[in-house]
Amino acid sequence: MSKFTGKSPWVVHFNCNSCNGCDIEFLACLTPLYDAERFGVLHVGNPKHADILVVTGSVNKKNMHVLKNVYDQIPAPKAVVAMGVCAATGGLFADCYNVVGGIDKVIPVDVHVPGCPPKPEAMLDGIVKAVEILKKKTKETETVTEELPVVIVKPKELPAETAAPATAKESEK
Amino acid sequence: MSMIVPFGPQHPVLPEPLQLRLEIVDETVVSALPVIGYVHRGLERLAEQKDFQQDTYLIEHICGICSFMHSTTYCTGIEEIMNIEIPERAKYLRVAWSEMHRIHSHLLALGLLADAFGFESLFYQIWRTREHIMDAMEYTTGGRVMLSAACVGGVRKDINEEQKQFVLEKLALIEAEFKEEAHVLLDDYTVKARTVGVGVLDAKTAYERGAVGPTARASGLKMDHRMTGYFAYDKLDFEPVVENDCDAYARTKVRIREVFQSIDLIRQALSALPDTPLKTAFKGNPNGEAAVRAEQPRGEVIYYLKGNGTDKLARCRVRTPTFANVAPMLHMLNGCSLANVGVIVLSVDPCISCTER
Repeated sequence: MSKFTGKSPWVVHFNCNSCNGCDIEFLACLTPLYDAERFGVLHVGNPKHADILVVTGSVNKKNMHVLKNVYDQIPAPKAVVAMGVCAATGGLFADCYNVVGGIDKVIPVDVHVPGCPPKPEAMLDGIVKAVEILKKKTKETETVTEELPVVIVKPKELPAETAAPATAKESEK
Repeated sequence: MSMIVPFGPQHPVLPEPLQLRLEIVDETVVSALPVIGYVHRGLERLAEQKDFQQDTYLIEHICGICSFMHSTTYCTGIEEIMNIEIPERAKYLRVAWSEMHRIHSHLLALGLLADAFGFESLFYQIWRTREHIMDAMEYTTGGRVMLSAACVGGVRKDINEEQKQFVLEKLALIEAEFKEEAHVLLDDYTVKARTVGVGVLDAKTAYERGAVGPTARASGLKMDHRMTGYFAYDKLDFEPVVENDCDAYARTKVRIREVFQSIDLIRQALSALPDTPLKTAFKGNPNGEAAVRAEQPRGEVIYYLKGNGTDKLARCRVRTPTFANVAPMLHMLNGCSLANVGVIVLSVDPCISCTER
Protein backbone atom coordinates (compact mmCIF):
# COMPACT_ATOMS: atom_id res chain seq x y z
CA MET A 1 0.00 0.00 0.00
CA SER A 2 2.73 2.47 0.97
CA LYS A 3 4.33 1.81 -2.41
CA PHE A 4 1.43 3.54 -4.12
CA THR A 5 0.58 6.32 -1.67
CA GLY A 6 2.07 9.60 -2.73
CA LYS A 7 1.89 8.79 -6.42
CA SER A 8 -1.39 10.65 -6.75
CA PRO A 9 -2.24 12.67 -3.65
CA TRP A 10 -5.70 14.23 -3.91
CA VAL A 11 -6.03 17.67 -2.48
CA VAL A 12 -9.03 19.37 -0.93
CA HIS A 13 -8.87 23.12 -0.41
CA PHE A 14 -10.65 24.97 2.39
CA ASN A 15 -10.74 28.74 2.66
CA CYS A 16 -10.96 29.58 6.34
CA ASN A 17 -10.64 33.31 6.89
CA SER A 18 -8.47 34.24 3.99
CA CYS A 19 -8.36 37.46 1.96
CA ASN A 20 -8.46 35.39 -1.30
CA GLY A 21 -4.81 36.19 -2.05
CA CYS A 22 -3.64 32.70 -1.12
CA ASP A 23 -6.70 31.05 -2.67
CA ILE A 24 -6.19 32.45 -6.13
CA GLU A 25 -2.49 31.62 -5.95
CA PHE A 26 -3.31 28.06 -4.89
CA LEU A 27 -5.74 27.71 -7.79
CA ALA A 28 -3.02 29.09 -10.07
CA CYS A 29 -0.79 26.18 -8.92
CA LEU A 30 -3.24 23.74 -10.49
CA THR A 31 -3.37 25.49 -13.85
CA PRO A 32 -1.10 24.78 -16.83
CA LEU A 33 1.82 27.11 -16.02
CA TYR A 34 2.65 25.62 -12.62
CA ASP A 35 0.76 22.37 -13.22
CA ALA A 36 0.55 20.56 -9.90
CA GLU A 37 -0.87 17.60 -11.80
CA ARG A 38 2.62 16.55 -12.83
CA PHE A 39 3.03 15.38 -9.22
CA GLY A 40 -0.26 13.50 -9.52
CA VAL A 41 -2.10 16.14 -7.51
CA LEU A 42 -5.80 16.31 -8.26
CA HIS A 43 -8.04 19.01 -6.81
CA VAL A 44 -11.25 17.46 -5.47
CA GLY A 45 -14.29 19.02 -3.85
CA ASN A 46 -15.18 16.20 -1.50
CA PRO A 47 -13.04 15.79 1.64
CA LYS A 48 -13.89 12.07 1.71
CA HIS A 49 -11.86 11.56 -1.47
CA ALA A 50 -8.85 13.59 -0.34
CA ASP A 51 -5.44 12.80 1.19
CA ILE A 52 -4.12 16.32 1.75
CA LEU A 53 -6.02 19.26 3.24
CA VAL A 54 -4.85 22.70 2.16
CA VAL A 55 -6.05 25.49 4.43
CA THR A 56 -5.70 29.22 3.73
CA GLY A 57 -6.42 31.91 6.29
CA SER A 58 -6.79 31.98 10.04
CA VAL A 59 -9.71 30.57 12.03
CA ASN A 60 -12.55 32.54 13.59
CA LYS A 61 -15.24 31.45 16.01
CA LYS A 62 -17.67 30.48 13.28
CA ASN A 63 -15.51 28.57 10.82
CA MET A 64 -13.42 26.56 13.31
CA HIS A 65 -16.21 23.98 13.58
CA VAL A 66 -16.44 23.76 9.79
CA LEU A 67 -12.67 23.25 9.53
CA LYS A 68 -12.74 20.51 12.19
CA ASN A 69 -15.63 18.89 10.35
CA VAL A 70 -13.79 18.92 7.00
CA TYR A 71 -10.63 17.53 8.67
CA ASP A 72 -12.55 14.71 10.36
CA GLN A 73 -14.13 13.68 7.06
CA ILE A 74 -10.77 13.00 5.41
CA PRO A 75 -9.83 9.30 5.80
CA ALA A 76 -6.52 8.55 7.57
CA PRO A 77 -3.62 8.77 6.76
CA LYS A 78 -3.89 12.47 5.96
CA ALA A 79 -1.63 15.51 5.86
CA VAL A 80 -2.46 19.19 6.45
CA VAL A 81 -0.75 22.11 4.69
CA ALA A 82 -1.19 25.61 6.16
CA MET A 83 -0.82 28.06 3.23
CA GLY A 84 0.31 31.56 4.03
CA VAL A 85 1.18 33.42 7.18
CA CYS A 86 -2.48 33.81 8.27
CA ALA A 87 -2.90 30.04 8.51
CA ALA A 88 0.28 29.86 10.60
CA THR A 89 -0.33 32.61 13.17
CA GLY A 90 -3.17 34.86 12.06
CA GLY A 91 -0.65 37.08 10.27
CA LEU A 92 -1.78 40.60 9.49
CA PHE A 93 -5.17 39.93 11.10
CA ALA A 94 -3.82 38.45 14.36
CA ASP A 95 -5.02 41.51 16.31
CA CYS A 96 -8.55 41.50 14.87
CA TYR A 97 -11.29 40.83 17.42
CA ASN A 98 -12.82 37.94 15.50
CA VAL A 99 -9.58 36.05 14.75
CA VAL A 100 -8.73 33.15 17.05
CA GLY A 101 -5.30 32.48 15.56
CA GLY A 102 -3.54 29.98 13.31
CA ILE A 103 -5.25 26.78 12.24
CA ASP A 104 -3.05 24.73 14.60
CA LYS A 105 -5.45 25.79 17.37
CA VAL A 106 -8.05 23.51 15.78
CA ILE A 107 -6.29 20.77 13.81
CA PRO A 108 -2.71 19.36 13.70
CA VAL A 109 -0.59 20.90 10.92
CA ASP A 110 2.19 19.08 9.04
CA VAL A 111 3.58 21.74 6.69
CA HIS A 112 3.61 25.53 7.04
CA VAL A 113 4.19 27.58 3.88
CA PRO A 114 5.20 31.16 4.75
CA GLY A 115 4.38 34.24 2.67
CA CYS A 116 1.63 36.75 2.15
CA PRO A 117 0.67 35.28 -0.25
CA PRO A 118 3.31 32.57 -0.95
CA LYS A 119 4.54 32.24 -4.52
CA PRO A 120 3.02 29.28 -6.40
CA GLU A 121 6.50 27.67 -6.48
CA ALA A 122 6.58 27.73 -2.65
CA MET A 123 3.08 26.26 -2.53
CA LEU A 124 4.10 23.39 -4.81
CA ASP A 125 7.11 22.79 -2.59
CA GLY A 126 4.81 22.63 0.44
CA ILE A 127 2.55 20.08 -1.24
CA VAL A 128 5.53 17.92 -2.26
CA LYS A 129 6.75 17.99 1.35
CA ALA A 130 3.27 16.99 2.53
CA VAL A 131 3.40 14.01 0.15
CA GLU A 132 6.61 12.81 1.84
CA ILE A 133 4.92 13.11 5.25
CA LEU A 134 1.89 11.27 3.92
CA LYS A 135 4.13 8.39 2.74
CA LYS A 136 5.74 8.18 6.16
CA LYS A 137 2.37 8.19 7.92
CA THR A 138 1.12 5.43 5.64
CA LYS A 139 4.09 3.22 6.54
CA GLU A 140 3.39 3.70 10.24
CA THR A 141 -0.27 2.81 9.96
CA GLU A 142 0.16 -0.02 7.47
CA THR A 143 -1.14 -3.50 8.34
CA VAL A 144 1.66 -6.11 8.15
CA THR A 145 0.45 -8.64 5.65
CA GLU A 146 3.40 -11.11 5.70
CA GLU A 147 2.29 -12.79 8.92
CA LEU A 148 -1.20 -13.59 7.68
CA PRO A 149 -1.79 -17.15 6.40
CA VAL A 150 -1.55 -17.34 2.63
CA VAL A 151 -4.47 -19.12 0.98
CA ILE A 152 -4.01 -20.38 -2.54
CA VAL A 153 -7.20 -21.07 -4.44
CA LYS A 154 -6.99 -23.60 -7.25
CA PRO A 155 -9.76 -24.16 -9.82
CA LYS A 156 -11.62 -27.43 -9.54
CA GLU A 157 -10.81 -30.03 -12.17
CA LEU A 158 -13.66 -30.16 -14.64
CA PRO A 159 -15.25 -33.44 -15.86
CA ALA A 160 -13.83 -34.66 -19.20
CA GLU A 161 -17.03 -34.10 -21.32
CA THR A 162 -17.46 -30.42 -20.32
CA ALA A 163 -13.79 -29.66 -20.74
CA ALA A 164 -13.68 -31.10 -24.26
CA PRO A 165 -15.66 -28.38 -26.19
CA ALA A 166 -13.54 -25.63 -24.68
CA THR A 167 -10.34 -27.20 -25.94
CA ALA A 168 -11.98 -27.76 -29.33
CA LYS A 169 -12.80 -24.07 -29.54
CA GLU A 170 -9.28 -23.11 -28.69
CA SER A 171 -7.88 -25.36 -31.39
CA GLU A 172 -10.21 -23.68 -33.91
CA LYS A 173 -8.69 -20.35 -33.09
CA MET B 1 -43.38 19.87 0.59
CA SER B 2 -40.22 21.92 0.69
CA MET B 3 -36.85 21.04 2.17
CA ILE B 4 -33.71 22.99 2.99
CA VAL B 5 -30.47 22.18 1.13
CA PRO B 6 -27.29 23.83 2.44
CA PHE B 7 -25.07 25.09 -0.39
CA GLY B 8 -21.62 25.64 1.12
CA PRO B 9 -19.62 26.75 3.10
CA GLN B 10 -17.31 24.07 1.67
CA HIS B 11 -18.52 23.42 -1.87
CA PRO B 12 -16.64 22.34 -5.02
CA VAL B 13 -18.04 25.27 -7.02
CA LEU B 14 -17.30 27.97 -4.47
CA PRO B 15 -13.73 29.10 -3.90
CA GLU B 16 -14.94 30.93 -0.81
CA PRO B 17 -17.02 29.97 2.21
CA LEU B 18 -20.47 31.38 1.56
CA GLN B 19 -23.45 29.39 2.73
CA LEU B 20 -26.78 29.59 0.95
CA ARG B 21 -29.71 27.82 2.59
CA LEU B 22 -31.81 26.85 -0.38
CA GLU B 23 -35.44 25.99 0.18
CA ILE B 24 -36.35 23.61 -2.62
CA VAL B 25 -39.52 21.96 -3.89
CA ASP B 26 -38.57 19.02 -6.14
CA GLU B 27 -35.71 20.55 -8.15
CA THR B 28 -36.80 24.18 -8.00
CA VAL B 29 -35.38 26.72 -5.59
CA VAL B 30 -38.21 28.55 -3.81
CA SER B 31 -36.12 30.87 -1.68
CA ALA B 32 -32.48 31.37 -0.74
CA LEU B 33 -31.08 32.65 2.53
CA PRO B 34 -27.41 33.62 2.74
CA VAL B 35 -25.56 32.74 5.94
CA ILE B 36 -22.45 34.83 6.41
CA GLY B 37 -19.75 35.17 9.05
CA TYR B 38 -17.31 32.50 7.87
CA VAL B 39 -14.73 35.06 6.69
CA HIS B 40 -15.40 37.89 9.09
CA ARG B 41 -12.17 39.15 10.66
CA GLY B 42 -13.00 42.62 11.98
CA LEU B 43 -10.73 44.57 9.67
CA GLU B 44 -12.53 47.92 9.96
CA ARG B 45 -11.93 47.89 13.69
CA LEU B 46 -8.26 47.06 13.22
CA ALA B 47 -7.94 49.96 10.74
CA GLU B 48 -8.99 52.34 13.53
CA GLN B 49 -6.22 51.03 15.78
CA LYS B 50 -3.38 51.48 13.28
CA ASP B 51 -1.64 54.48 11.78
CA PHE B 52 -3.41 55.86 8.67
CA GLN B 53 -0.27 55.19 6.60
CA GLN B 54 -0.12 51.57 7.80
CA ASP B 55 -3.78 51.22 6.88
CA THR B 56 -2.86 51.46 3.18
CA TYR B 57 -1.19 48.07 3.50
CA LEU B 58 -3.88 46.67 5.79
CA ILE B 59 -6.76 47.74 3.53
CA GLU B 60 -5.03 46.17 0.56
CA HIS B 61 -5.71 42.87 2.33
CA ILE B 62 -9.49 43.35 2.41
CA CYS B 63 -9.50 41.30 -0.75
CA GLY B 64 -6.69 39.60 -2.67
CA ILE B 65 -8.43 39.89 -6.03
CA CYS B 66 -8.93 43.64 -6.25
CA SER B 67 -6.27 44.56 -3.69
CA PHE B 68 -4.74 47.52 -5.56
CA MET B 69 -8.14 49.12 -6.11
CA HIS B 70 -8.97 48.94 -2.41
CA SER B 71 -5.74 50.63 -1.38
CA THR B 72 -5.96 53.34 -4.08
CA THR B 73 -9.55 54.16 -3.17
CA TYR B 74 -8.55 54.44 0.48
CA CYS B 75 -5.62 56.72 -0.48
CA THR B 76 -7.97 58.86 -2.59
CA GLY B 77 -10.17 59.31 0.47
CA ILE B 78 -7.27 60.40 2.68
CA GLU B 79 -6.05 62.75 -0.07
CA GLU B 80 -9.51 64.28 -0.27
CA ILE B 81 -9.57 64.92 3.50
CA MET B 82 -6.08 66.43 3.49
CA ASN B 83 -6.46 68.31 0.16
CA ILE B 84 -3.49 66.63 -1.50
CA GLU B 85 -3.26 66.93 -5.28
CA ILE B 86 -1.42 63.87 -6.59
CA PRO B 87 1.04 64.14 -9.53
CA GLU B 88 -0.19 63.42 -13.07
CA ARG B 89 2.10 60.42 -13.54
CA ALA B 90 0.71 58.78 -10.40
CA LYS B 91 -2.82 59.16 -11.78
CA TYR B 92 -1.92 57.34 -15.00
CA LEU B 93 -0.02 54.62 -13.13
CA ARG B 94 -3.00 54.07 -10.84
CA VAL B 95 -5.18 53.61 -13.93
CA ALA B 96 -2.70 51.14 -15.44
CA TRP B 97 -2.48 48.92 -12.35
CA SER B 98 -6.24 49.15 -11.70
CA GLU B 99 -6.99 47.95 -15.21
CA MET B 100 -4.44 45.14 -14.87
CA HIS B 101 -6.35 44.05 -11.78
CA ARG B 102 -9.61 44.23 -13.70
CA ILE B 103 -8.25 41.94 -16.42
CA HIS B 104 -6.97 39.40 -13.90
CA SER B 105 -10.21 39.48 -11.91
CA HIS B 106 -12.44 39.06 -14.96
CA LEU B 107 -10.30 36.21 -16.35
CA LEU B 108 -10.43 34.54 -12.93
CA ALA B 109 -14.22 34.89 -12.77
CA LEU B 110 -14.74 33.60 -16.32
CA GLY B 111 -12.47 30.62 -15.62
CA LEU B 112 -14.35 29.74 -12.46
CA LEU B 113 -17.65 30.08 -14.34
CA ALA B 114 -16.35 27.59 -16.92
CA ASP B 115 -15.39 25.26 -14.05
CA ALA B 116 -18.88 25.67 -12.53
CA PHE B 117 -20.58 24.20 -15.57
CA GLY B 118 -17.95 21.50 -15.87
CA PHE B 119 -15.87 22.78 -18.81
CA GLU B 120 -12.53 22.11 -17.13
CA SER B 121 -10.25 22.52 -20.15
CA LEU B 122 -11.68 25.99 -20.82
CA PHE B 123 -11.02 26.88 -17.17
CA TYR B 124 -7.38 25.84 -17.59
CA GLN B 125 -7.00 27.74 -20.87
CA ILE B 126 -8.39 30.97 -19.41
CA TRP B 127 -6.16 30.69 -16.34
CA ARG B 128 -3.14 30.11 -18.56
CA THR B 129 -3.93 33.39 -20.33
CA ARG B 130 -4.35 35.04 -16.93
CA GLU B 131 -0.75 34.18 -16.04
CA HIS B 132 0.44 36.76 -18.61
CA ILE B 133 -1.15 39.61 -16.68
CA MET B 134 0.19 38.19 -13.40
CA ASP B 135 3.67 38.29 -14.98
CA ALA B 136 3.11 41.91 -16.05
CA MET B 137 2.11 42.88 -12.49
CA GLU B 138 5.06 41.03 -10.99
CA TYR B 139 7.50 42.64 -13.45
CA THR B 140 6.25 46.16 -12.74
CA THR B 141 5.73 46.02 -8.95
CA GLY B 142 7.35 42.86 -7.60
CA GLY B 143 4.13 41.30 -6.33
CA ARG B 144 1.78 38.98 -8.15
CA VAL B 145 -1.28 39.59 -6.00
CA MET B 146 -0.44 42.22 -3.38
CA LEU B 147 1.14 45.03 -5.37
CA SER B 148 1.69 47.45 -2.45
CA ALA B 149 2.19 50.15 -5.06
CA ALA B 150 -0.24 52.75 -3.75
CA CYS B 151 0.51 55.22 -0.99
CA VAL B 152 -1.10 58.40 0.27
CA GLY B 153 0.02 61.18 -2.07
CA GLY B 154 0.75 59.10 -5.17
CA VAL B 155 2.34 55.78 -5.99
CA ARG B 156 5.40 54.03 -4.64
CA LYS B 157 6.61 52.29 -7.79
CA ASP B 158 7.26 53.37 -11.34
CA ILE B 159 6.94 51.79 -14.77
CA ASN B 160 10.09 52.45 -16.83
CA GLU B 161 10.54 52.09 -20.59
CA GLU B 162 11.68 48.45 -20.43
CA GLN B 163 8.80 47.44 -18.14
CA LYS B 164 6.37 49.29 -20.42
CA GLN B 165 7.51 47.24 -23.43
CA PHE B 166 7.14 44.03 -21.37
CA VAL B 167 3.57 44.95 -20.38
CA LEU B 168 2.63 45.82 -23.98
CA GLU B 169 4.02 42.48 -25.22
CA LYS B 170 2.01 40.60 -22.60
CA LEU B 171 -1.14 42.56 -23.50
CA ALA B 172 -0.75 41.55 -27.15
CA LEU B 173 -0.44 37.89 -26.05
CA ILE B 174 -3.57 38.13 -23.89
CA GLU B 175 -5.54 39.77 -26.69
CA ALA B 176 -4.61 37.03 -29.16
CA GLU B 177 -5.22 34.12 -26.78
CA PHE B 178 -8.36 35.45 -25.16
CA LYS B 179 -10.06 36.02 -28.53
CA GLU B 180 -10.17 32.25 -29.02
CA GLU B 181 -11.43 31.55 -25.50
CA ALA B 182 -14.06 34.30 -25.78
CA HIS B 183 -15.27 32.64 -28.96
CA VAL B 184 -15.87 29.39 -27.02
CA LEU B 185 -17.64 31.18 -24.15
CA LEU B 186 -19.89 33.14 -26.49
CA ASP B 187 -20.60 30.78 -29.38
CA ASP B 188 -20.28 27.21 -28.08
CA TYR B 189 -23.64 25.40 -28.15
CA THR B 190 -23.19 23.58 -24.83
CA VAL B 191 -21.89 26.66 -23.02
CA LYS B 192 -24.85 28.69 -24.25
CA ALA B 193 -27.21 25.96 -23.06
CA ARG B 194 -25.96 26.55 -19.52
CA THR B 195 -25.91 30.37 -19.56
CA VAL B 196 -28.59 31.74 -21.94
CA GLY B 197 -31.81 32.54 -20.08
CA VAL B 198 -30.33 31.53 -16.70
CA GLY B 199 -30.55 33.93 -13.76
CA VAL B 200 -32.62 36.65 -15.43
CA LEU B 201 -32.53 40.05 -13.72
CA ASP B 202 -34.56 42.67 -15.55
CA ALA B 203 -33.49 46.31 -15.60
CA LYS B 204 -36.20 47.50 -13.20
CA THR B 205 -35.39 44.88 -10.55
CA ALA B 206 -31.67 45.49 -10.99
CA TYR B 207 -32.21 49.18 -10.32
CA GLU B 208 -34.58 48.65 -7.39
CA ARG B 209 -32.35 46.07 -5.71
CA GLY B 210 -29.26 48.23 -6.21
CA ALA B 211 -27.16 46.04 -8.50
CA VAL B 212 -23.71 47.41 -9.39
CA GLY B 213 -20.91 46.64 -11.81
CA PRO B 214 -21.19 43.99 -14.55
CA THR B 215 -24.39 42.65 -12.95
CA ALA B 216 -26.11 46.02 -13.46
CA ARG B 217 -24.53 46.68 -16.88
CA ALA B 218 -25.69 43.28 -18.18
CA SER B 219 -29.25 44.33 -17.30
CA GLY B 220 -29.04 47.41 -19.46
CA LEU B 221 -28.16 49.97 -16.78
CA LYS B 222 -25.45 52.35 -17.96
CA MET B 223 -23.63 52.54 -14.64
CA ASP B 224 -19.86 52.80 -14.62
CA HIS B 225 -18.23 54.94 -11.99
CA ARG B 226 -15.13 55.42 -14.16
CA MET B 227 -17.24 57.78 -16.27
CA THR B 228 -17.02 60.38 -13.49
CA GLY B 229 -13.33 60.66 -14.36
CA TYR B 230 -11.43 60.00 -11.16
CA PHE B 231 -7.65 59.31 -11.48
CA ALA B 232 -6.93 59.90 -15.17
CA TYR B 233 -10.08 58.28 -16.56
CA ASP B 234 -11.38 61.67 -17.75
CA LYS B 235 -8.46 61.92 -20.19
CA LEU B 236 -8.89 58.41 -21.60
CA ASP B 237 -11.28 57.39 -24.32
CA PHE B 238 -13.79 54.68 -23.37
CA GLU B 239 -17.48 53.88 -23.18
CA PRO B 240 -19.16 51.71 -20.52
CA VAL B 241 -19.97 48.19 -21.71
CA VAL B 242 -23.75 47.62 -21.63
CA GLU B 243 -25.71 44.51 -22.62
CA ASN B 244 -29.48 44.10 -22.61
CA ASP B 245 -30.02 40.34 -22.32
CA CYS B 246 -30.20 40.40 -18.48
CA ASP B 247 -29.03 36.76 -18.03
CA ALA B 248 -25.83 34.89 -17.11
CA TYR B 249 -24.79 34.97 -20.78
CA ALA B 250 -25.03 38.77 -20.85
CA ARG B 251 -22.91 39.04 -17.68
CA THR B 252 -20.30 36.80 -19.29
CA LYS B 253 -20.39 38.99 -22.39
CA VAL B 254 -19.94 42.17 -20.36
CA ARG B 255 -16.86 40.73 -18.64
CA ILE B 256 -15.37 39.56 -21.93
CA ARG B 257 -15.83 42.97 -23.54
CA GLU B 258 -14.42 44.68 -20.45
CA VAL B 259 -11.23 42.62 -20.68
CA PHE B 260 -10.63 44.02 -24.18
CA GLN B 261 -11.62 47.50 -22.98
CA SER B 262 -9.08 47.29 -20.13
CA ILE B 263 -6.35 46.20 -22.54
CA ASP B 264 -7.13 49.30 -24.58
CA LEU B 265 -7.16 51.52 -21.47
CA ILE B 266 -3.74 50.26 -20.30
CA ARG B 267 -2.30 50.98 -23.75
CA GLN B 268 -3.74 54.49 -23.67
CA ALA B 269 -2.48 55.15 -20.14
CA LEU B 270 1.02 53.83 -20.78
CA SER B 271 1.41 55.77 -24.03
CA ALA B 272 0.43 59.03 -22.31
CA LEU B 273 2.56 58.72 -19.15
CA PRO B 274 3.57 62.29 -18.23
CA ASP B 275 7.04 62.95 -16.86
CA THR B 276 6.33 64.16 -13.30
CA PRO B 277 7.37 62.99 -9.82
CA LEU B 278 5.55 59.97 -8.37
CA LYS B 279 4.49 61.34 -5.03
CA THR B 280 3.41 64.60 -3.38
CA ALA B 281 4.98 65.25 0.01
CA PHE B 282 2.59 66.20 2.80
CA LYS B 283 2.55 66.90 6.51
CA GLY B 284 0.05 66.40 9.28
CA ASN B 285 -2.81 64.05 10.04
CA PRO B 286 -6.26 63.76 8.43
CA ASN B 287 -8.95 65.86 10.11
CA GLY B 288 -12.42 65.71 8.60
CA GLU B 289 -14.45 63.21 6.66
CA ALA B 290 -14.75 62.00 3.10
CA ALA B 291 -16.79 59.50 1.09
CA VAL B 292 -15.10 58.26 -2.07
CA ARG B 293 -16.19 55.83 -4.76
CA ALA B 294 -14.36 53.79 -7.38
CA GLU B 295 -15.24 51.18 -9.96
CA GLN B 296 -13.89 47.77 -9.07
CA PRO B 297 -14.13 44.64 -11.25
CA ARG B 298 -17.32 43.66 -9.40
CA GLY B 299 -18.82 47.13 -9.24
CA GLU B 300 -18.72 50.29 -7.25
CA VAL B 301 -16.94 50.40 -3.89
CA ILE B 302 -17.68 53.18 -1.38
CA TYR B 303 -15.28 54.26 1.33
CA TYR B 304 -16.30 56.48 4.20
CA LEU B 305 -13.31 57.79 6.16
CA LYS B 306 -13.28 60.07 9.19
CA GLY B 307 -10.15 61.53 10.75
CA ASN B 308 -9.94 63.34 14.07
CA GLY B 309 -6.58 65.07 13.75
CA THR B 310 -4.59 62.18 15.22
CA ASP B 311 -2.60 59.62 13.25
CA LYS B 312 -5.42 57.09 13.80
CA LEU B 313 -8.71 57.23 11.92
CA ALA B 314 -11.93 57.68 13.88
CA ARG B 315 -13.91 55.56 11.41
CA CYS B 316 -13.23 53.56 8.29
CA ARG B 317 -16.32 52.09 6.63
CA VAL B 318 -16.38 50.12 3.39
CA ARG B 319 -19.41 49.24 1.26
CA THR B 320 -18.19 46.59 -1.17
CA PRO B 321 -19.78 45.79 -4.57
CA THR B 322 -20.64 42.20 -3.63
CA PHE B 323 -22.74 43.41 -0.72
CA ALA B 324 -24.83 45.43 -3.18
CA ASN B 325 -25.09 42.42 -5.49
CA VAL B 326 -26.36 39.96 -2.87
CA ALA B 327 -29.98 41.18 -3.04
CA PRO B 328 -30.13 40.91 -6.88
CA MET B 329 -28.49 37.46 -6.62
CA LEU B 330 -31.18 36.21 -4.23
CA HIS B 331 -33.81 37.47 -6.68
CA MET B 332 -32.18 35.48 -9.50
CA LEU B 333 -32.05 32.32 -7.39
CA ASN B 334 -35.82 32.32 -6.76
CA GLY B 335 -37.39 29.85 -9.16
CA CYS B 336 -34.19 28.51 -10.71
CA SER B 337 -33.33 24.81 -10.79
CA LEU B 338 -30.88 23.42 -8.25
CA ALA B 339 -28.35 22.58 -11.00
CA ASN B 340 -28.17 26.24 -12.05
CA VAL B 341 -27.37 27.63 -8.59
CA GLY B 342 -23.60 27.34 -9.11
CA VAL B 343 -23.74 29.07 -12.52
CA ILE B 344 -25.92 31.91 -11.20
CA VAL B 345 -23.77 32.51 -8.13
CA LEU B 346 -20.56 32.59 -10.19
CA SER B 347 -22.10 34.76 -12.93
CA VAL B 348 -22.54 37.45 -10.27
CA ASP B 349 -18.93 36.76 -9.23
CA PRO B 350 -19.28 37.27 -5.47
CA CYS B 351 -16.26 38.17 -3.34
CA ILE B 352 -17.16 37.10 0.17
CA SER B 353 -13.86 38.13 1.66
CA CYS B 354 -14.55 41.75 0.61
CA THR B 355 -18.09 41.65 1.89
CA GLU B 356 -17.35 40.35 5.37
CA ARG B 357 -13.88 41.85 5.87
